[in-house]
Amino acid sequence: MLLRGNGIVGLWGWLTLLLVACAARASEITFELPDNAKQCFYEEIVQGTKCTLEFQVITGGHYDVDCRLEDPDGIVLYKEMKKQYDSFTFTASRNGTYKFCFSNEFSTFTHKTVYFDFQVGEDPPLFPSENRATALTQMESACVSIHEALKSVIDYQTHFRLREAQGRSRAEDLNTRVAYWSIGEAIILLVVSIGQVFLLKSFFSDKRTTTTRVGS
Amino acid sequence: LALYFHSGEREEKCIIKDVPSDTLVIGNYKVQRWDIHKQGFLESAPGLGMFVTVTTPSAEVLLSKLYGPQGTFSFTSYLSGEHVICLQSNSTRFVAFAGSKLRIHLDIRVGEHFLDESVVQAKDKVNEVNFRLEHLIEQIHHISKEQNYEREREEKFRKTSEETNSNILWWAIVQTLILISIGIWQIKSLRDFFISKKLV
Repeated sequence: MLLRGNGIVGLWGWLTLLLVACAARASEITFELPDNAKQCFYEEIVQGTKCTLEFQVITGGHYDVDCRLEDPDGIVLYKEMKKQYDSFTFTASRNGTYKFCFSNEFSTFTHKTVYFDFQVGEDPPLFPSENRATALTQMESACVSIHEALKSVIDYQTHFRLREAQGRSRAEDLNTRVAYWSIGEAIILLVVSIGQVFLLKSFFSDKRTTTTRVGS
Repeated sequence: LALYFHSGEREEKCIIKDVPSDTLVIGNYKVQRWDIHKQGFLESAPGLGMFVTVTTPSAEVLLSKLYGPQGTFSFTSYLSGEHVICLQSNSTRFVAFAGSKLRIHLDIRVGEHFLDESVVQAKDKVNEVNFRLEHLIEQIHHISKEQNYEREREEKFRKTSEETNSNILWWAIVQTLILISIGIWQIKSLRDFFISKKLV
């Protein structure tokens, strides 16, 4: 077998590496959800892994979506209707395929852009400790703390980018609405006021020919 | 390749990636076809291919290629903005006839700041730290590019808001002018009308 030649230490090293490589995954996807549509994603998770699902609606309508997370047995772990943003952490209670769905079925004509980030397992350590005899050197500890800080910076950046995209989408919506409303109201004003005058004029023109004047 | 979703045979599924310019985006995918006889997804589907189309924010096509049932594609963005990655199978079967669906496994990575676990671990400690430092520098470059991109977008956002603000102000002035002039015109017109009809 492939693993036998390396001895026990090697075997554990490979196993740990394999487990670590399998366990830590993060998928972040931004997709467009058309109106009255539902989109489901599936992921195979090993029992005991800590997973986090985070989603945010970026553009569209009232910026809300239904989300639902089910375990392999069909038990609903998380279900929220019309949420703009949420984050849900859970530990997989059993092996199998977990399913999470985003639904825009309540909306009749707005399609939404949804971002989600599904993190499975913890990130692998920067300096794996299976073939390590001593503790981390200062340099390595410094690297580890810089890495952690950078990861959180990237995380904050992503959140900020999404919020800014959402804000900008609203601002552009507002701008379009103001433009349409101004033009629409100007047209209505002109049509109504000119119409009023002509209508009034027409009342007096008709009366003259059909009725006789009352009084002197 | 863990995350997967289902798609119709001829359906096009698109993913949006908002990236700054000069960023490398790498995508891995694997597609499986549903077999009606076996009532399951085939492990490998020979002959099945996927068209991968990448569109830039200015609606130009950056990448449009046919790959096999499993493949890796990558592109480097030269514009900052929302790039749309679309996957569509090249299946020629009639949709109604097939009643089939596809399972698409997808993994898309942006930038080179992900930890590459497949690199051989150096026995030499100095080299290992060196490698990690390079990885950290790459991460910092990515953050810096994103910050620049963020600045561009914030400017666009600010311009939109200021435009809305001045539109509203301009509209209020125009509306007042329209109202006043319409009012004057109405009164004048009616007055002239009544005078001509000898009612006043």
